[in-house]
Amino acid sequence: MPDERTDHLRTDEIRFLLNGKPMTLANPPATRTVLSYLREDLRLTGTKEGCAEGDCGACTVAIGEADGHGGIQCRTMNSCIRFLPTLDGKALFTVEGLKHDGELHPVQKAMAEHHGSQCGFCTPGIVMSLFALYKSQPAPDRPAIEDALSGNLCRCTGYRPILDAALAMHDLGRMLPGRMRSWVHSPANDASDESAKSAAQLLEALGESRRSAAFETGHEAGAFHAPESLQELSMLRARLPGARLLAGGTDMGLWVTKQLRDLPELIYVGRVAELRRVAVTESHIEIGAAATITELAAVLTSHYPDLAIILRRFASPPIRNSATLGGNIANGSPIGDSMPCLIALGARILLRSGPDTRVIALEDFYLAYQKTDLQPGEFVERILLPLPSTGQRFRAYKIAKRFDQGISIVLGAFSLRLDDGVMRNCRVAFGGMAAVPKRASGCEAALEGKAWSRSTIEAAAEQLALDFAPIDDMRGSARYRTLVAGNLLKKFYLEIEGTGSSTRVEQMTGGRE
Amino acid sequence: MNAPARAPYTVGKPLRHDSAHLHVAGEAPYADDIAEIHGTLHAAFGLSTRAHARILSMDLSQVRAAPGVVAVITAKEIPGNNNFGAVAHDDPILAGDEVLYAGQPLFLVAAHSHELARKAARRARVEYEDLPAILTIEEAMAEKSYVLPSVTLERGDLQYALKNAKHRLQGSIRIGAQEQFYLEGQIAYALPKEDGDLLVYSSTQHPSEVQHMVAEAIGISVNRVTVECRRMGGAFGGKETQPALFAAAAAVMARHTGCPVKLRPDRDDDFLITGKRHDFLVEYDAGFDDNGRIAGLEVMLASRCGYSVDLSGPVNDRAVMHIDNCYFLANLRIVSHRCRTNTQSATAFRGFGGPQGMMAVENIIDDIARHLDRDPLAVREANFYGPEGRDITPYEMKVEDFVADQLVAQLAKDADYQERRARIRTWNRHSGNLKRGIALVPVKFGISFTATHLNQAGALLHVYTDGSVLLNHGGTEMGQGLYTKVAQVVAEELGIDIARVRVSAANTGKVPNTSATAASSGSDINGKAAQAAAVEIRNRLADVAGRHLGVPAATIRFSDNHAKAGDLSMEFTELVRLAYMARVQLWADGFYRTPKLSYDPQTLKGRPFYYFSYGAAVSEVAIDTLTGESRVLRVDILHDTGRSINPALDLGQIEGGFVQGMGWLTSEELCWDNLGRLRTHSPSTYKIPTASDIPAIFNVRLWERDNREESIFRSKAVGEPPLMLAMSVFHALRDAVASIADDRLIPKLNAPATPQELLFAVEELRLRDQASRSRPQ
Repeated sequence: MPDERTDHLRTDEIRFLLNGKPMTLANPPATRTVLSYLREDLRLTGTKEGCAEGDCGACTVAIGEADGHGGIQCRTMNSCIRFLPTLDGKALFTVEGLKHDGELHPVQKAMAEHHGSQCGFCTPGIVMSLFALYKSQPAPDRPAIEDALSGNLCRCTGYRPILDAALAMHDLGRMLPGRMRSWVHSPANDASDESAKSAAQLLEALGESRRSAAFETGHEAGAFHAPESLQELSMLRARLPGARLLAGGTDMGLWVTKQLRDLPELIYVGRVAELRRVAVTESHIEIGAAATITELAAVLTSHYPDLAIILRRFASPPIRNSATLGGNIANGSPIGDSMPCLIALGARILLRSGPDTRVIALEDFYLAYQKTDLQPGEFVERILLPLPSTGQRFRAYKIAKRFDQGISIVLGAFSLRLDDGVMRNCRVAFGGMAAVPKRASGCEAALEGKAWSRSTIEAAAEQLALDFAPIDDMRGSARYRTLVAGNLLKKFYLEIEGTGSSTRVEQMTGGRE
Repeated sequence: MNAPARAPYTVGKPLRHDSAHLHVAGEAPYADDIAEIHGTLHAAFGLSTRAHARILSMDLSQVRAAPGVVAVITAKEIPGNNNFGAVAHDDPILAGDEVLYAGQPLFLVAAHSHELARKAARRARVEYEDLPAILTIEEAMAEKSYVLPSVTLERGDLQYALKNAKHRLQGSIRIGAQEQFYLEGQIAYALPKEDGDLLVYSSTQHPSEVQHMVAEAIGISVNRVTVECRRMGGAFGGKETQPALFAAAAAVMARHTGCPVKLRPDRDDDFLITGKRHDFLVEYDAGFDDNGRIAGLEVMLASRCGYSVDLSGPVNDRAVMHIDNCYFLANLRIVSHRCRTNTQSATAFRGFGGPQGMMAVENIIDDIARHLDRDPLAVREANFYGPEGRDITPYEMKVEDFVADQLVAQLAKDADYQERRARIRTWNRHSGNLKRGIALVPVKFGISFTATHLNQAGALLHVYTDGSVLLNHGGTEMGQGLYTKVAQVVAEELGIDIARVRVSAANTGKVPNTSATAASSGSDINGKAAQAAAVEIRNRLADVAGRHLGVPAATIRFSDNHAKAGDLSMEFTELVRLAYMARVQLWADGFYRTPKLSYDPQTLKGRPFYYFSYGAAVSEVAIDTLTGESRVLRVDILHDTGRSINPALDLGQIEGGFVQGMGWLTSEELCWDNLGRLRTHSPSTYKIPTASDIPAIFNVRLWERDNREESIFRSKAVGEPPLMLAMSVFHALRDAVASIADDRLIPKLNAPATPQELLFAVEELRLRDQASRSRPQ
């Protein structure tokens, strides 16, 4: 094996900024996590490990990148499951990088002043999530703050003081004297010269560490290939059929931290420009497989609001900032959140193998539990999502034990067109009901061409018990899954019918009726 | 004498947590952040995959051969006692011939890195012979499998009361377990010192117990082991007895290899190995009058204790002693079964059995109210403790400080309980798939360790010649702000700025034989001990100042960093220097034992508690009757803190406790499969509340009245009681479910009220409602 590898192993280094300081690392181990690097190699112990699976947020750090419009985009990620070589060309910020000459950053100050820490262990992660929010939104409201914090668990405070700190941090930032208005310290949309100058310096440094070519790094534990173009990717894919494709790594990270697997050959798709593109054509939204959930949600909001909501509830921001739609699809989990929605919406996927491509309906991609139609040497290049059509009704519902950063027990997605009270193009798909994301054919047949009425819907809901034989597990029982699947169709009916009263408990607010 | 003049100087101020500026900067070191000594080894446990089995063979050759491995030890290599259980000595550090639960440590491997140790640990080949496993409360009850004998608490004439009651009702409820989910997992770092001594950094609420268990495991005397803990990243009871396992194992490995050894289980292993809150099964039979006032009550409590005794005795005792909550129960019989099962050994968790006992009686009261079609709040009030004749608890302690009645009346008024309840009922009649519910639930919680001897604490106070003060006491800091509060006490007594008082890490070498920081007692007992030390110092300084200023020592007052007598004053540091030159001792110890306690744990009778803390909460919720999803919309809390030492920290305890309790009763569900394997062992499958789960309207106020007992500055303990305020969420959810049947029937809802549990309760009630309506009258 080593011999086979060495012929295309090129020793190389990765370059990135750590709290503004250029760093160069020769041949970093491909699957070493950013967290281990920070804590063990650099002894920067402010960033914590709480779960090593991206679910608690104690490890949250921020990543700065050029946003393509002359600015810097700042987003969180979970350092515990992020592989070190993926930092190449980026600016990494950790909790240690926020103080200025011994003075607390406005985010830190707000947290301390509002009693936002008790045991303090989750605090660095919370500070970094708030930092990314501070840098990306000038006046976040409470829902935006809750969303920004949805991946940060705190077991002590009950969150209220943290929310208060988040509401206060921008005001503290705006009071900063000029000498402290570096890019790191100034709030989003700060127009001061000091901030602009500092941002320009950071961009320049980012430009210096950013390379425009593909790179490979090798280490005894494995090789890391980072192609830049679709062509390089397809050649690599053909050359290294045994290699694993790495995108956001939000699942693959756990293969390393939880299953302790060795991954000897990785091809990282996160730098392939063609794969990150999201384009709206006349008929479709064409989504590059490596577009992140965050990037996607922004585009989809206007077209499919319910899908955007699902993508928000898909996971926390640090996960959404890394995870890709292609990754979710190729991973093929029976409880992946995007697939039932995409299947209900009639999405197709474009698969590429070298110069050859084929397009298949997404539902046909899934063959059996964690088994897809992906052929050796092939990869998911694009997702083709039809634009909404006139009269189309679409709703999707995620049921989990918790609203944010939950794993679906059941996810139901419903799409149909109403033609003079008759249902057409009925597509019903579920996650969590079978070994794969799956359409409910019996239910669809009971709807197609029928009159839009409560009784038709109830009859179709009955069919779901025949369409699926779900399992019992720690997320929910088969009985619950079947019951709730049928009820979701009824909820769909209620919402489209529009009785005027609210139907979604998560949108209820206290004291109001 | 010399007490500061009236207005408190530092005590009562909403000061920040003493480590806040370090927390937010990532500069507060936890055990895993301590710079490692060169040569440090990292250890990992190999765990049992079977719930109950005989170990036929354990082949560790592949573990030993794995890259980076330095040593592997099994039970045979433990030089002293293979036990970390301080109560019943029935907790093996490493399994012997038999495994008692899935997740039990079998062996420990040490390697050059954390990752290599974990990888190596998975290479063991273990051959088991399965033995019959008892996994549930029902199975244990059927087999009479108990860790301790069952306990009965009786009063009055139950049979007569039940027989003659106008109404009679039976029911049951299940109350689920809960994982502590401290954000910082268990960890110990053991360093060999000279002549076989050991220093152990442990994330522990109980350094003294860790010290003892380490000494016993190694087979050395206690004075050769030092345990230190500056702070924990959360504990919640989960670091009371459990850390001794990790510390003892790391210490044995350190002794075995001669190297420093760090043992930090991965989150999944932490879940699989350590104990959680006891889950309970409750059955009851109640007799009551038209107002819902209980005449007689029989309750069966059965808890799942897991494979060993641990703290299950006092946890279940506390459940029994909190069955009354705020209610006078004249005739009753409580039977408490402590079930032995082949699961993790259930342990301490904030509330320590109290929450489960109180959930039992609140469920009973709610059932009674619905049976009588009365407002549950009216039934609660009808059962409140009252004047003489209605003021004795089932365990024969007189309730002298009852304020729940006033507190509840105030809260009901402030939160518009009655009006909102009426509005919600109207709304529910016209709403679609969403239903709302509201409930007001009071809390009374007994303060003190029920094991009377634990109610003692010590402190050590040093004053240096530059006027700075170093404080040490037996309490541990787990985020609750204990160090800040105790520093406030010392600053207050010495009349100096809090900035002059530095608190040092809990260390068994400084204050010995400490009790766990638990039972909400941290500030009460350590504050008093530190106060005693500070008063001692102050008196000595007053003598010096009196001599210097030419006034009687008794006239000296300490405030604003000065010793003052009328117009005369001298700066604190100057006074300290003078005292030093006069050869006056500038350090003192302090000791405290809680007064008035007299309790017989055999009969469960007497005065186990110094006083009670009270509180009440109104919660409003909404549920989706199609999916079972729920939301907490609004919460109003009024909580009794006595005369708060630090209102900001107390508020933090109240809000945080409430949200933690909310998680326990809603989204936090621990699931074991039918082979006894825990399936929810990380935050991906075990769901504690997130920021968006807290109510949009969250009003919390302190009920600040002097503690009638002479507690530290007349404050009250606040660590555990607020958790139980979350019972109001559970009962609001029941209220919402009950609306399905026009509030005519009693819903069947168990905790936690997950979407599945709520939807099943809705469905069951709907069917029962239809059946009751179709039945001929």
